[in-house]
Formats: sequence, C-alpha cells, structure tokens
Amino acid sequence: MAKRRVVITGMGMLSPLGNDVDSSWEGILAGRSGITEIDRFDTTGYSTRIGGGIKNLDIEPYLSTKDARKLDAFIHYGLIAAQQAVDASGLEAYGDLDRERVGVAIGSGIGGLEYIEKNVITMEKSGPRKVSPFFVPASVINMISGNVAIRFGYQGPNIAIVTACTTGTHNIGYAARTIAYGDADVMLAGGSEMATTRSSIAAFSSARALSTRNEEPEKASRPWDTGRDGFVLSDGAGVVVLEELEHAKRRGATIHGEVIGFGMSDDAFHITSPPADGEGAARSMKNAIRDAGLDPDAIDYINAHGTSTQVGDVAEVAAVKSVFADHAYKLPVSSTKSMTGHLLGAAGAVEAIFSVLAIRDGVLPPTINLDDPAEGCDLDFVPGRCRKADIRVVLSNSFGFGGTNGTLIFQRYED
Amino acid sequence: MSTVEERVKKIVCEQLGVKESEVQNTSSFVEDLGADSLDTVELVMALEEEFETEIPDEEAEKLASVQDAIDYIVAHT
Repeated sequence: MAKRRVVITGMGMLSPLGNDVDSSWEGILAGRSGITEIDRFDTTGYSTRIGGGIKNLDIEPYLSTKDARKLDAFIHYGLIAAQQAVDASGLEAYGDLDRERVGVAIGSGIGGLEYIEKNVITMEKSGPRKVSPFFVPASVINMISGNVAIRFGYQGPNIAIVTACTTGTHNIGYAARTIAYGDADVMLAGGSEMATTRSSIAAFSSARALSTRNEEPEKASRPWDTGRDGFVLSDGAGVVVLEELEHAKRRGATIHGEVIGFGMSDDAFHITSPPADGEGAARSMKNAIRDAGLDPDAIDYINAHGTSTQVGDVAEVAAVKSVFADHAYKLPVSSTKSMTGHLLGAAGAVEAIFSVLAIRDGVLPPTINLDDPAEGCDLDFVPGRCRKADIRVVLSNSFGFGGTNGTLIFQRYED
Repeated sequence: MSTVEERVKKIVCEQLGVKESEVQNTSSFVEDLGADSLDTVELVMALEEEFETEIPDEEAEKLASVQDAIDYIVAHT
C-alpha cells in the first residue's frame, strides 16, 4: 500500500519561554533561557530548586474553573495546546469535516503527579472517603486525548503513547502513521507534562539526574558543555495538527511542513542510561532516514535530544557521527533544551514544532550556555545565537528511560 | 456567621461552578445545575468538610436538591 502524505497544518504550545507558539519561538530565536526558581512549592531541603515552570498562564479563556478543578495541570496544558493548534489550523471552520476521521494521540511521560500527591496526602490525613471522585480521570495519562475528543467531537482513533521522554515524538510519529495508513485523515498529536512537583523533583534529584546550579538558573541547562551537571526539569505541552495532504489542500489549509520519516528503537541496555556509543540512538535515526527514503546527507539540521547530562550528550554525539560519518561535521546539531529545559513527555512535541519553524523561517535555533565544549563534543552545535540557513530537511531526536528512542524527520512542504 | 442555607449555597456555587443567582432552594443538582454523578460525590464531600460531619452514602444518594442538603445539615448538625 502506498503511504499517504502527511502535513502539519496547526501548532500549539505552552513552554517555559511562552504560553503560545509565537512567544516560545521568539524566546528560542533570542537565545533566552526559560529556567527560573521553582515557586510552585516550598523547595527548602531540595538539592535542586530550579525548573522551567509555566508562567502567568490564564486558563480561563480555555477552561472553566469548574472543569479545571477536575483535571490535573498536565491535562490543562495539553488541552490548551490542542485548542491553540485546532484554532491555528482552521479545522473547525471546515464545514465538511468528518469527525469520525479525526483522531487524537497526545501523551505524557508521567501524568497527573500533582493530583496524585494531593489525594494521597488527603487519604493519609482524612481517610479513604475523602479521596476525590475525580482522582483517576484527573490524573491518568490518556485523559488529554479523551478530553480533546469530548471537546471537539473527534471520534477517530484515540490513544496516548507513554514512553518517558520520547512520548511526544512517538505520539507524533504514530499519529502520522495512522494517517499514512488510512485510519484517519486528521490527527492531533503531541505531549504534555507538569512534573515539577515536589515528589518528582525529589525523585529525579535522588537519581542525580538534575542540575543543581541553583544560583544561576538560566545557565543550568548547558548541553555538551564541560560544566553541565544534569538536566533541568520543565513543564509545558506541544500539539500539532497532522493532516493527510489532499485533505489539507481540499480545505485550503496553510501547510507548515511535511512529516516524511519516523523511526524507533531501544537500547536494550539500562533503565536510565544509554550506552556510551549511542548505538540505540543511531539505529533510531537510521530507521527514520530509511522510512523517509533519504540518504543521510539529505539532513540539513538535527534538533538533538541534548538534555545536558554527562552520559546522554556524549552518546548522542557518538550516534550522530556513526550515522552521518563525514556529513556529521557539516551538519548543524543544536539543543533547544538549553533554553526550555527538559519537558519530558512534551519535549519531542515542542521540539517537533521548533523543527518545523526552523524550516519555515530558515533559521537554526542555537544551543546556549555552550561555553566550553566537552571532550569529543566537536560538532556544529550552533553555539550562543541562532543562525540563518536554508533548511529543507530536519531530524528531531528523543530518547527516554527504558532505553526507548524515537526520531522524526520533517521536510519543507513542496507540492 | 452565615446561615446554613448561605453556606450550602456557597459550596454549591464553588463545586458546580455556577453563579449564586442560578442557585434556588428548589434547584436540582443534576437537572438544574449541570452536575454529573462524580460532581455530586465531590459536592457531598465538600459539605461534609464545611459542616464537619459525615454523610453516609445511602443518605448522600438522597440529596438531590439544594433544599435536601440544607434540610439534612440542619437535622444532623
């Protein structure tokens, strides 16, 4: 069966840099950090007191107070990004929209942690009868997809893939496949996360995964830099509207780019660490490149996973070198996480959007805080500030706990 | 100190996200105020907390309107 072409016709985002796509992208192009002190809870006694929280969000235009109370913040974020993406796509203005052919694939790495924490504390203090009846529907991960379907009446495939930090990438890749295969004509896809909660920061700290550069939050996320000391946990959501090409053309939609490749793999190595040679990451990239039907040399830019951890950053560089050989040294590779921090299950989704915008605007997002590249980190990381470039094809990587890897490839839309 | 009626209505407004002007004594939680089955469970929990009482499940199921809730609270606190 011939694959149907899949294009991007809408995007929505909440990130530490801004509460929509435009302001977040503006932050990226300015090389701004969205990392600040955590103010959502009292961080006394925590070794990490910084994160990339969502700031000054007015949810009232998107959700009534009553509905908001029944949903964890990760669902608020996902719903808001989905609403933005739908609005931007013009989909709801299309009179011939067949809602049975519209689906949703929006996941989260962790889910409704804050709601879970709150109810467990209530249960401990006041007993089981005080646990909210909304506890489960407010906190389980598929409830962004479920609520989006209810809100818009989208009756097609509805799923939420959960693969830690690869969640956003896998949901978009799977959604694109769903359209390519013919199971839907339109898919809302992406990821959302609100995990800067007290138990999560405590847990990632115990795992020694987080940067403790508390005195300089904006310098804490520094992929490939010698001084990097872990990732910075961030919140947010990214949702794209994916659409079968002919469907998009029929309704005169604005096409921002095309999804041409998706690859997956697993390290089969360790629960939280990749192997030093990035072998699993390399296979993920190779699978995506094969899916796209391209030569590696056709890739113009890589939006890296690049989280600012000791092992992960170096492994990804090794993987890029093994896949691209000489081309690796001509290929810009940057990490927007240097500015956003790590949005876990939303990371792949916001980075997919940044990848599409890089193509649209002909600009390479920078890697900030890269003052002194670590040994072996000798690629073109676009240090410091963004750079103009004619970009046609972008590859975006995500790697997660469990050794799960995902790679998406986007191409400038050409008829 | 507010009356039981005022306090019940305030909780109803907060829990069900409705305006005070919409809440009459005769208002049914489900039919008039848009509550679903989960909303009514949480509403009862909020009433229990406000009035520091326990409403057994079999009694809670009978509380269909604002007046039902007021009557129950008045009789049991």
